[in-house]
Amino acid sequence: MIATDLLVAQNVGFGIISLLMIIGAVRVVTVNNVVHAALWLVIVLSGAAAQYLLLSAEFVAITQVLVYVGAVMVLFLFGTMLTRARIGAESDLNNKNWFLGIPVALLMLGVMSYVIVDGFGSERLIENSGDMQPIPVQVISDDIFGPYLLPFWALSFVLLVAVIGAIVLARKD
Amino acid sequence: MSALLAADLPYWVQSLLRVLGGVVAVLLPAGAIVYLFLFKMMSFMQSRLGPMEAGPYGSMQLFAEVGKWLQKEDITPERADRVIFKIAPLVVLASTFLLVAVVPFGPDAWFTNFEAGVFYMLAVSSVSVLGILIAGWSSANKYSLLGGLRAAGQLIAYELPMVLAVIGVIIQAGTMNLQGIVLAQNTGEIFGWNGLGNPYILTQFTGFIIFMIAVQAELTQTPFDMPIAESELVSGYMTEYSGFRFLTFFIAEFATAGVFSFIASVLFLGGWGVPFAWFGWTDIDSVDNWMNVVGPLIMFGKMMLLSFVIMWVRFSYPRFREDQLQRFAWKVLVPISLVNIMVTAILKVAL
Repeated sequence: MIATDLLVAQNVGFGIISLLMIIGAVRVVTVNNVVHAALWLVIVLSGAAAQYLLLSAEFVAITQVLVYVGAVMVLFLFGTMLTRARIGAESDLNNKNWFLGIPVALLMLGVMSYVIVDGFGSERLIENSGDMQPIPVQVISDDIFGPYLLPFWALSFVLLVAVIGAIVLARKD
Repeated sequence: MSALLAADLPYWVQSLLRVLGGVVAVLLPAGAIVYLFLFKMMSFMQSRLGPMEAGPYGSMQLFAEVGKWLQKEDITPERADRVIFKIAPLVVLASTFLLVAVVPFGPDAWFTNFEAGVFYMLAVSSVSVLGILIAGWSSANKYSLLGGLRAAGQLIAYELPMVLAVIGVIIQAGTMNLQGIVLAQNTGEIFGWNGLGNPYILTQFTGFIIFMIAVQAELTQTPFDMPIAESELVSGYMTEYSGFRFLTFFIAEFATAGVFSFIASVLFLGGWGVPFAWFGWTDIDSVDNWMNVVGPLIMFGKMMLLSFVIMWVRFSYPRFREDQLQRFAWKVLVPISLVNIMVTAILKVAL
């Protein structure tokens, strides 16, 4: 019973992608070159997009690629290359307070696991005739511009503030 | 096509055929564009004959060129970051292959039929920026790094008008599925007359012009070739590449021109379809099967037409200066496309 549930293609894919993501995540913090770290982060973020695809959340997966791989990581690389990005190993990349990150990471893991278990519990994706149907984009947009309109609106204010801040920082006079 | 295949062929055969189809859909336009436009048209525009020796009218020149590039020594600069230096051209080419996966060539002749096809197209086209950036960085060369940074700045700037220009089409079609957009154009009517369908180049002409300008910039073709400006940067992020790796960049550049022309023809020229009223079709299921053979040919024709325009502009105009280039994107194209979206949305609701 468990074996038939366990050996579906999605689970094998999940395992392989998770392994890649974990290796990537570890390399992000252990590798001693800024650009290499950023590129390992690209692998982690693309892995997350692949996981969303496995969950048949097509729109979220594409958004992940568009926003994180296409925009945020390009901006990261752009920024580091404009300022400091030497080729080869660098010695001063490790902050001496790095161990403080461990409890924070554990706390985050705890909070996120609690929220996910509390929010979804034993809910399962609806399966019809073996292959899962992707969630239509219209449903997502109806949700965003319906019940979640106010948070969405508030978020756009955050962006506006960020844009104004950037302009203020970049002004010469 | 795939409906026919799905009946008897196992999954792996279908996948293999899809991969082969993808390779053809990427390499055939690239070859056609390079020979017909880059070799021949450019020569004629400059009052010379172009390649004439290899084959009739030089038509075998491409094979000679590929053979030449494959023979050349594969040089990696001594201080370069070897692994990333070698990955970079592949990232750029992979972006092209991911892009073609979403283009529909007929009622059943598609590789994938994403619900959010347009969105997917915009997402994967931005992956090539990563390849260009790391190519410039890993070469350990000032010119390469400058070229990579210029390319990234330009591609980020022109991605925005491209996204905004496409939104007009999405609003009018009411779907992000590329197959749905083809359907909406070919079943559409112009003031009740359905003899021509309703290709969005008529109603979204502003969007079409902005899209083509943005494509020109995304491909770093002249007048937007600041990143590979040979008079100041040798050849930008490609400076240190030789042999097979240069060939990869070269193929990616022209294959992407072909794929973007495919996408533009789907978005604005009606894609693979003919106006459905001609044959009395009403929806995608009633389209005759022969469209799966004729559709790709129609697409190829439209692709050649649009890439002809891209190359024509490339050979006709001088290069933009870096500040003009950025100002043009942010102060001209973005505001116009925003107005276009607003007008389209108002008309969509009002009509």
